[in-house]
Amino acid sequence: MTETRISRRFAKTAAENRPALVTFVTAGDPDLETSLAIVSALPKAGADVIELGMPFSDPMADGPAIQAAGKRALDAGQTLAKTLDLVRRFRATDAATPIVLMGYYNPIFIYGVDRFLTDATAAGVDGLIVVDLPPEADDELCLPARAAGINFVRLATPTTDDKRLPSVLANASGFVYYVSINGITGSAAPDAGLVAAAVDRIKRHTDLPVAVGFGVRTAEQAREIGRNADGVVVGSALVGAIAGSLADGRATEATVPAVARLVEDLARGVRAARARAAE
Amino acid sequence: MTTSFNSLRNGPDERGFFGNFGGRFVAETLMPLILELEDAWEKAKADPTFAEELKSLSVDYAGRPSPLYFAERLTEHCRALSGGKGGAEIWFKREELNHTGSHKINNCLGQILLARRMGKTRIIAETGAGQHGVAAATVSARFGLPCMVYMGATDVERQKPNVFRMRLLGAEVTAVTSGAGTLKDAMNEALRDWVTNVEDTYYLIGTAAGPHPYPVMVRDFQSVIGIETKDQFRAVKGRLPDAVLACVGGGSNAIGMFHPFLDDPEVAIYGVEAGGHGIDVPNGHAASMNGGRPGVLHGNRTYLLQDADGQILEGHSISAGLDYPGVGPEHSWLRDSGRVTYVPATDREALDAFQVCTKLEGIIPALESSHAIAEALKLAPTMDKDKAIVVCLSGRGDKDVFSVAGYLGETI
Ligand SMILES: Cc1ncc(COP(=O)(O)O)c(C=O)c1O
Repeated sequence: MTETRISRRFAKTAAENRPALVTFVTAGDPDLETSLAIVSALPKAGADVIELGMPFSDPMADGPAIQAAGKRALDAGQTLAKTLDLVRRFRATDAATPIVLMGYYNPIFIYGVDRFLTDATAAGVDGLIVVDLPPEADDELCLPARAAGINFVRLATPTTDDKRLPSVLANASGFVYYVSINGITGSAAPDAGLVAAAVDRIKRHTDLPVAVGFGVRTAEQAREIGRNADGVVVGSALVGAIAGSLADGRATEATVPAVARLVEDLARGVRAARARAAE
Repeated sequence: MTTSFNSLRNGPDERGFFGNFGGRFVAETLMPLILELEDAWEKAKADPTFAEELKSLSVDYAGRPSPLYFAERLTEHCRALSGGKGGAEIWFKREELNHTGSHKINNCLGQILLARRMGKTRIIAETGAGQHGVAAATVSARFGLPCMVYMGATDVERQKPNVFRMRLLGAEVTAVTSGAGTLKDAMNEALRDWVTNVEDTYYLIGTAAGPHPYPVMVRDFQSVIGIETKDQFRAVKGRLPDAVLACVGGGSNAIGMFHPFLDDPEVAIYGVEAGGHGIDVPNGHAASMNGGRPGVLHGNRTYLLQDADGQILEGHSISAGLDYPGVGPEHSWLRDSGRVTYVPATDREALDAFQVCTKLEGIIPALESSHAIAEALKLAPTMDKDKAIVVCLSGRGDKDVFSVAGYLGETI
């Protein structure tokens, strides 16, 4: 396995004996410039990995908060090309923080897979999470992405049983994203005990780091989930903070600080995860 | 299954592809469920008691076979239009006489039997015009299962009679406000429900779209339309019709009519898409194969209405049941292979056909089916008198009388 920004980052957080904080925001929400300011503020606030949502008109796996974020971005004119440009501008100022683009296949398919991989590599994208591309569809994007040196982060879910897990992990790279509940983003909090068991189960099948997401909103949850997970993903809470800071749908001076404050809080949570467990 | 070498009826492959279209583009949470469904469907197909159960319900409950009817006055009308020179015979395959008033019951009966075999205890469905919602609510009532129907808020408004019908049948109707509040948004919401309730819930998709195995399964349940048509037409004429026509929303009534005829090259096949305000009007129609391009949505690759960034457009049609930005993947393949000709009919043409059919035949067709009739009115006059075309009359238009009154400027 060659070293990547993602592997280096997880190695770093593991060396610090803590889970990585993986933060999700939607590219272009609420507008392109504010979005760049938000993304740029994330590492300083304590984010270890950035997931950047590629907005799509039909976000079938997302709950109301991320649906609304995608709609704000699209209404403000966000496109996949602009999302790649946002990454490029971020990358000019930060060479270390991994960026994982997350979304649905159609905009990439329409952009053209080869062209997309070329442009994403040039922009400094490290990984992809594409919700509607299961392992059965690996030849669409997963394998070409790996060939292009971009990690393809696989989703595992509570319905992914032991029989299926090997095929889910076969072409996975970067990290494994464990979806903690059956449901959509922003749902109810997962049961920490069940999640811990699931993470252990996945780790028996792979050496990749396992990050847990869906339903994690607070520092306290991040601390609990982060006891045995290698990463904790927070998304709906962050885009909810963006939504709460807007006036008439527009960014305000409070927007970037609202997100940064929440991330700082979550960062304390992940840093406390093992400390308390070791007591 | 036909197995002849050059057959057009062998698809899909084991991964659910018809050529480059179809497949299983779904979230990992749903993938095991879809594999389980495929397995259950394969077993059911191999089990003669499944076929017997379905047959008995189709006959005694749904009223099959549906009649094949010679639309004599519509034929005369077309002959007059041709100046007496031509005018093919127009026949109707009367799916509107089925229980619940459309072809949708064919699919719902099949799928509810499958859901029961799988031990599922809760049914969810999406609906546009409400015909599928009514059919799903009906079979759920018949088998005592709770049913949740997702329907776009816009459609709830324009299909009020069907909303009330579903509630009478004991179903819960959720009005979906995301997007433009039409069929694709209802489908998104149904998928969100399904990933949340994976243990007990069966997703009863209403058209020949979605991830594999839905397109092939729905096609097989709807193929009774074409199989009966073949037999009935042969019984009367001793041959096959010269053309078959059906409207195409997601494409279930159409594929049900077309599939049995695919390997009969003497039969021309026409699918009629919703031309809305016209194919040239941006986002003003729902003709994905005439005005869209291939993409991936709702679990399959198919022709879609979308913008340059791959964002899905809402489209427009006078008819809620055709107002879907995609189409079943087998149609996309049949389009590219050239076997089926897909043409648009505009809102105006459908509305005219609706009225002509009602006045001349005493049959009020659904606005969806009126699109197919509109094409028949164009096609028949160009054909010789000794030719015959069969139109799939997919549904009755009682549900549409309020909105048609509105379009005609009348208040009722
Ligand atoms: C009467 C009728 N015909 C046709 C359709 C379109 O669906 P499909 O293309 O799946 O037959 C509908 C959908 O609601 C309908 O109600």
